[in-house]
Amino acid sequence: MKPFTYQRALDAGDALAGVAAGRNAKFISGGTNLLDLMKLEIEQPAHLVDINRLPLDRIEDTGQGGLRIGAQVRNSTLAADPRIRSGYQVLAQALLSGASGQIRNKASTGGNLLQRTRCYYFYDRNMPCNKREPGSGCAALGGFNRMHAILGSSNACIAVHPSDMAVAMSVLDATVETTDIDGTARQIHIGDLHRLPGSTPHIETDLRYGEMITAVVLPPAKQGRQLYRKVRDRASYAFALVSVAAVVDMAGDTIAAARFALGGVAAKPWRSPEAEAFLQGKKPSAQVFEKAADAALANALGRGGNDFKIPLAKRTIQQVLAAVSQRG
Amino acid sequence: MTNSTPAFADGGKTHIGQPMDRVDGASKVTGRAIYAYEHQAEGHIAYGYILGAGIARGRIAAIDTAYAEKVPGVLHIMTHKNAPTQPAFGPAVTPTVRDVFTRARPMLSTDEIRYFDEPVALVVAETFETARGAAGLISVEYASEQGAYDLRGHLASAYAPQRTNAGFETDSLVGDFEAAFAASPVKVDAIYTTPYAHHNPMEPHATLAVWSGDAVTIYTSAQTLANFRAGMASTLQIPAEKVRIVSPFVGGGFGSKLIVHPDTVLAALAARELQRPVKIALTRQQMFANAGHRAKMIQSVRLSADREGRLTGIAHDVCSATSRFEEFCEQTAVFGRSLYAAPNRMTRHRLVKVDTNRGEWMRSPGEAPGMLAFECAMDELAAQIGMDPIELRIRNEPAIDPERNIPFSTRNLVECMQEGARRFGWEKRQARPGSVREGRTLVGLGMAAAIRPNYIGASEARVRIDGRGKVTVQLDMTDIGTGTYTILAQIAASSLGLPVAAIDVQLGDSNFPRTAGSGGSWGAASAGSAVHNACESLKQKIVASAREAVASPFYGLSNNRIDFVNAAIRAGGRSVRLADLMALVAPHGLDAQGAVEAAGDNYRNYSQHSYGAHFVEVAVDMDTAETRIRRMLSVIGAGRILNPKTARSQIIGGMIWGIGAALMEESVLDARHGHFLNHDLAEYHVPVSADVPDLNVIFLGEADPNANVLGSKGIGELGVCGAGAAIANAIFNATGARIRAFPVTLDKILPALPVHASLADGS
Repeated sequence: MKPFTYQRALDAGDALAGVAAGRNAKFISGGTNLLDLMKLEIEQPAHLVDINRLPLDRIEDTGQGGLRIGAQVRNSTLAADPRIRSGYQVLAQALLSGASGQIRNKASTGGNLLQRTRCYYFYDRNMPCNKREPGSGCAALGGFNRMHAILGSSNACIAVHPSDMAVAMSVLDATVETTDIDGTARQIHIGDLHRLPGSTPHIETDLRYGEMITAVVLPPAKQGRQLYRKVRDRASYAFALVSVAAVVDMAGDTIAAARFALGGVAAKPWRSPEAEAFLQGKKPSAQVFEKAADAALANALGRGGNDFKIPLAKRTIQQVLAAVSQRG
Repeated sequence: MTNSTPAFADGGKTHIGQPMDRVDGASKVTGRAIYAYEHQAEGHIAYGYILGAGIARGRIAAIDTAYAEKVPGVLHIMTHKNAPTQPAFGPAVTPTVRDVFTRARPMLSTDEIRYFDEPVALVVAETFETARGAAGLISVEYASEQGAYDLRGHLASAYAPQRTNAGFETDSLVGDFEAAFAASPVKVDAIYTTPYAHHNPMEPHATLAVWSGDAVTIYTSAQTLANFRAGMASTLQIPAEKVRIVSPFVGGGFGSKLIVHPDTVLAALAARELQRPVKIALTRQQMFANAGHRAKMIQSVRLSADREGRLTGIAHDVCSATSRFEEFCEQTAVFGRSLYAAPNRMTRHRLVKVDTNRGEWMRSPGEAPGMLAFECAMDELAAQIGMDPIELRIRNEPAIDPERNIPFSTRNLVECMQEGARRFGWEKRQARPGSVREGRTLVGLGMAAAIRPNYIGASEARVRIDGRGKVTVQLDMTDIGTGTYTILAQIAASSLGLPVAAIDVQLGDSNFPRTAGSGGSWGAASAGSAVHNACESLKQKIVASAREAVASPFYGLSNNRIDFVNAAIRAGGRSVRLADLMALVAPHGLDAQGAVEAAGDNYRNYSQHSYGAHFVEVAVDMDTAETRIRRMLSVIGAGRILNPKTARSQIIGGMIWGIGAALMEESVLDARHGHFLNHDLAEYHVPVSADVPDLNVIFLGEADPNANVLGSKGIGELGVCGAGAAIANAIFNATGARIRAFPVTLDKILPALPVHASLADGS
C-alpha cells in the first residue's frame, strides 16, 4: 500500500473540495473493495476523502411514489427496509445474495455500484491488464476466463461487473443521482452508469473525476412478481456465474410486461429490450421463454472457459421467467 | 457410541471415551490463547514483509532497493546480494525420507527463481505497513526462462520416482493384471483428474524470531516442533539445542505446517542481522505459493470383474505434477494395496516436473485424491453390472491384507457400510440414475468406503506431580485444533485416577520432551501413549514413595494391589487422598518420563488401518446444475474413540473437506505464467456454512489391541477419505452424469442435463 493522506468529510461541499485539491483523490465509503485494491497497489490514491459521515444515509419517499436511497445507506440496512422488502423484493433478494453479512454491514449503496471487477488478472500486477494498465494487453483472453463476460466484451477486456445489487436496480430502472466537483447535480439512468469496455476498459463508468454518487432513486414499485436468482459455485459468498433479476406483470394469462436483467455476464447489468418486447402480450410457455432467452443471448460470445455461461444464462432465464409468470 | 473396557489396571472410572468439552475452549473464545503473530518479545519488534517473484522461472537480472531504503522506518532490506550465507538447497530428492523434514531451506540465497512468488526480497521496518509500502518500491528486472506448468502437456516426460511420500514403494505388482483385464467380461477403464489444492488454514503462517546470544527462540505456527527445530538448525547452521520452537496454539495446519517456510527462515535471519526481534506473516495470497499445496494429478483406474462382481484385477496408475527442484510424490495409489481383494493388481506412481514450489502433505496425502478417483471407479463398476455398490464392496472384502499377506488388526469396513446403509435409508436408493425428481430438482444417493493407514511415531512425555497433588504434563506435541490438550488431559486423569481439571497439559514448546507432533493422524496415538506411559511410571514412583516413607499410611505395604481412583490411593482397605499422600511422602513432588517407540512388530505383523463408510444425498438443480448436499452420514471404525466430541469434529471436518474436493476446491495454475490465479479465499472456494447440511457421524465400538496401549486409531484424516467420491457418486445417481474431472462444478454437469421441459414440470 502506498502512503496517502486522509480526510473525513462532513458534508458534500467538504467532500468535493477534498477531491478538487488534486487529481489523484478517491472517495472512500465502506472500503470493502477499495482497501483491498490499495493493499495490492492496484489503486494508488494520494488522498482519500472519507464520505461515510455525509448525511446520505436515509431512505426517503420521493413524493412521486418512489424511494430515494442515500448513497451511504448500507447494503444490510437497505435489504432490511420494509419498503424495499414489500415493493422491491428483487432488490432485497439481490442484496442478501451478495458477499457476506459482515461485508453487507459495511458496504454502501454508492460504493457497491462502483466496485471493480474480480478478474484474477486485474488483481495481479505481474500480469498484463488493459483495465489496470491501458495498452498492456488482456491476460484473461487465452487465460482462465471461466468467470468472464459473454456479452458486450471486447478484445481489450472481458471482465464482468460483480455487483448483484446493480442488477436488481437495473431491472427496476433506477436512476443514479450525483454531484459534480463544481456542485452541479445530475441524474443518470442506471443503464448508462457503467460503460462497456470497448477499447478503453479502464474507463468503467460515466462519472467524471470528483463526481460523487449521492443517491439512487427507485421509481414507483412495478406491478408483478419479482425474483432475483443467483447461480454460483457455492451456496453463499461467491460471485455470480450468472444471475437473473426479473419483474413480470401478468394480465390474466398473458404477460402484460416483462423485464429482466442479467448479472455476471458483462461489464454492466445486462438488459435485453428485444427479449422484453418479445415477451409482452405472450402467453407463458416453455417455448416463449426459450425464445426470449435466445433473443437475450443472441449476441453472446464465449471465450473458452466461459462458454458454458451461454446455455447457463438461457436456462436460468427460462427458470426465472417460469417462476414469476405463474398464476396466483 | 459404545466403549470397550479400558486397558487400565486401576479399575477406577475412566475419562477416556467421554465427550468432554475442550479444556482450551474458553481460552480460545475469550482471546487468551496466543497464536503465532500475537506473541510479544522484550525489545522493540520489527516487522518484515516478503516481496515475491513476478515470474516462475529464470533469474534476477537486477534488483534496485534504493527507493525502498530511503523510506523512513525501513530498517533493513535483504536480497540475494546481501543475505547471510546459508547452506545450498541440495538435491531434489533427499537421501532419506526423514531429510525432507530437516533439510536446510535457504532463502534469498541465489538469483535463481524456481517458482512464481518465491521470495526475492525481505523488507524489515518499524511497522508492517511501512515494510509493505517500501516493498512496492523495489524494482526487479528478471531474465525469464520458459517454464513447464501444464501437467497434461508434459506427460511424455513422466518418470518413476525412487519412492513415494512416507517411503512407500513406487510400484506394486501382484499376478498378471493386463492378462486378467484383457480376459475379463466386465471392465472399467476410466481417467480421473484431481486439481491443485491448498490447505488454507485459518491462521496464516507467521513467525516471531528472538535471538539471545547465539540462541534463537521462534514463536510460530507449527504442527511438528522437532521438524522446525531441525530445519532451522540446518538452515542457520547452529546446533539444534540453540533453537527453541514455541507453538502453543495453531489455527489449523492440515499438513501445511510440518516444515519451515519463508516466514520462519527469514524472520530468524533478519532478527540475527538486526539484533532485534522480527515478526513476519505470509499474506493469504503468499500462502498459495509459499506454504505447500496438493499437486494436480491424472489417475487411471482400471477394474476387471466377473459378472458376479468379484474383482479379477485392479490397476491404479497415478501421474502427478512435482516441483522441479524438490520432489514430492503423493502416495495416491498406496491405499488400494490394502482395500479390496483381487488376484491381479498393480499400482504405479509417476511424476512430471513442473516449475512450481514443492507439493506438500495435505490432509490425507494419498487417500484424498486417490479415493476420489478409485471409489468412483468402484461405483462405475457397480452401475455397469447392475449391483448395489455396497454389495460389490462386500463381495471383494479381503480376508487378509491382499498385498502384504498379513492379517488385519481390526477391520470393520463391512460393518461400517451395513450400519450406514441401515441408518441412512440406503434401501430407498433408486439404482437407475435420474429417477428421483422433486420439482426442478434431481435427487441422488451415493456412498463410498474409507480407509486410512494407522501409524504411531516415537514420542516422549514428562509428567510431574507436586507436593499438593497437582499434575503437570509436558511434551512438545501440538494441538492444531484437533483437541490434543483435552484428550491428553483425559488420558493422564484416567491413568492417575484424578479429575481432568487436576491435569495441566502443556504443549508446543521444544524444551519439552520430543514427540512425533501432529501429522499423519498419529498425534493422539503417539503423544497419548507417551503420556499414558509417563503416568504409569509416575504411579510406580508414587507407590514406591508411599511404601518407603515412614510417615506414609502405606509404609511397608508389600505386594498389595494399589489403585489410583477418585483422586485417592487405595490399598489394603485404606484410602488416602493423593494430595494428602504427596504432602506426606514426597512434598517436593515427583517426576516421571514415558515414551513410545515408533511402529514395531505390531505394525509389521498386522495391517493396520482405520475405516469408514460415507453416505450422501445430493440435490441437483435441473436447470442450472447447481449441486447442494442435503445430508451426509459417516460411519467410522477407528479403534477406541478417546473423546467422541472432539473425534466427531475431526470426522465432520474431513467430510467438509470432501464436500470441497468434490464440488469446488481448485487452485487454478495459469499454464502460461505458472502462478496460482485464484489465490485468496474469495476465489478459492471452500465450503461455507450454507454448503454444509447437518452431518452425522457414528462411531462403531471397538478397540484395536495391536495399535497402541490406548486401543485407538488415527481419525484426523479418515473423514476426508472417500467422502468426495460419495458425493460424486450421488451426483451420478441424481443425474446420470459421471464427471471424472474434479471438482464437479456445474459447468461440467450442465451438458448432461435435459433442456428445459414444459412449464407443467415446475413445482
